[in-house]
Amino acid sequence: MALSNIKSHSTAWPSIEDIVSSVRKGEITASDNVTKALDIIAKLNPTYQAVLLTLDERAKKRALEIDKKIKAGEDVGRLAGVPFIAKDNMLVFGGETTAASNMLKGFVAPYQATAVDRLEAEGAICVAKANLDAFAHGASTENSDFCVTKNPYDVERVAGGSSGGSAACVALGFVPFALGTDTGGSIRQPASFCGVVGHKPTYGLVSRSGVVAMASSTDVIGALTTSLKDNALVLDVISGRDELDGTTIERDSIPYTQLDTQLKGLKVGIVSEYFGEGVQVEVGSTVLSAIEGLRAGGAEVEHVSLPSLLHGLAVYYIVVPAELSSNLSRHDGQRYPYSTPNTDSLEQSYTQSRSQGFGAEAKRRIIIGTHVLSSGYYDAYYKKAQTVRTKIVQEFEAAFEKFDVLVGPVSPTPAFKIGENADPIAMYLQDVLSVSASLAGIPALSVPCGYVDGLPVGLQIMSRFGADRLVLSVGQHVEGLVA
Amino acid sequence: MLKLARLSRLSLSDAEITQYQKELSEIFGYFDRLASVDVKELEPTYQVSKLVNVMREDIPKPQVANPDTLLEQLPKRDGRYIKVGRMI
Repeated sequence: MALSNIKSHSTAWPSIEDIVSSVRKGEITASDNVTKALDIIAKLNPTYQAVLLTLDERAKKRALEIDKKIKAGEDVGRLAGVPFIAKDNMLVFGGETTAASNMLKGFVAPYQATAVDRLEAEGAICVAKANLDAFAHGASTENSDFCVTKNPYDVERVAGGSSGGSAACVALGFVPFALGTDTGGSIRQPASFCGVVGHKPTYGLVSRSGVVAMASSTDVIGALTTSLKDNALVLDVISGRDELDGTTIERDSIPYTQLDTQLKGLKVGIVSEYFGEGVQVEVGSTVLSAIEGLRAGGAEVEHVSLPSLLHGLAVYYIVVPAELSSNLSRHDGQRYPYSTPNTDSLEQSYTQSRSQGFGAEAKRRIIIGTHVLSSGYYDAYYKKAQTVRTKIVQEFEAAFEKFDVLVGPVSPTPAFKIGENADPIAMYLQDVLSVSASLAGIPALSVPCGYVDGLPVGLQIMSRFGADRLVLSVGQHVEGLVA
Repeated sequence: MLKLARLSRLSLSDAEITQYQKELSEIFGYFDRLASVDVKELEPTYQVSKLVNVMREDIPKPQVANPDTLLEQLPKRDGRYIKVGRMI
């Protein structure tokens, strides 16, 4: 698909604010918006496979309810009539929630993710579930048990992962925004690969209730959008303490939509370790050009070294499999749909259901996790990794005493070809630039900043724990520069 | 590998065992770099938000997911009981 074509697709929708305004004025109905979204999906999804299923019936029903309320003069919320798509590891009514795994095929959510509830309370309508790597294990959607999402810029390339479906949906103009999750880069990297904005909020800012757990100490829910303004609005709606998730933190008292950070005097640190070996030269230079734009706009830009970030990947691939091996133990063939029929004993039912239901990557990670937590290995692997994690956290904290934001690329390369990273380690190395922000729980944004060989590249902007508004503001400045 | 499979309640084919052994040996080789990282006097970080003991009142509230909805999803049930294979 040509660059100009894509750009027109991603402008298929006005800004969220404008959509809401027309819906409230009666210029367009919620039902019109749902029909539009479903039509675009029907037209483009067969090629790109970003969506696993559409929630036609429920979406149309909710749209009619909202339209009725508007006709009656009632206020329906800040996202009145806005259609969106949720990654299929989020519990949503109206269809299956599979996490793109055979293990959950047929599972119907008994409640909804808090993030989805909050969006619906403001009048937004979920029209479909997006493809992902099964259980969010991956960086390309190649680990989905059902299909591979194609990159909107080149169908022979991946859309990224694990929120590849969500990113592609927004780039292709299916909907104005999509929800994704980010455990080690899963919102940022597909955003970078698909040329959209992807924000990984501070850990705990958005409730994880109703989201299939991967690594409980790094999982975050965030939005994929075509603009910073839209991303901030979605964050403002979904963020904040939730009784159902004890790890949630207080949100800012100021709305996240108030993006008023000035560039003048802003201290920007270029992370030296993020431009080293393994990072494609053109990616580095594209990102540096965008950073130069910040300097030209008045920011004070310097290089800074955070040596422990070089250990981030090893720490991540010890800690995350450990946590997910625990979280996936609930899939035992007894409680959720996939269950091997006619087994002889409980033990056999556990083992066979799990072996048949899980894909190769899930099994690989469960085995890694089980090993690093097992007696005799726990100290050398898991405990050591979590202690090196402390070093990473402290290095970030020290850097943020001097700098307002830290920047670098999101991914070492632009979108790779389907099948190119078949070796597990090659795939894990894709995450090298994004995992550390997840381990520290700090906010991190991917904002499109240019192209390499016609493929989008994102700039990563990180800041201290809780500084989401700052990150989004700086992102908006970059957006203005690159437009 | 077989012990790990047993602990994770996974049954692996011979082909899978060979494949995972090879891959895991490479992956764990990558982890060896952490052995030389100096972490004296540092405590592990198990969670980053520094929240401790977030409590709420022990009062039942009506929830969207009531027990009957959850029971409907079970692969095998007997009334309000989950039905499982023999254990011994």
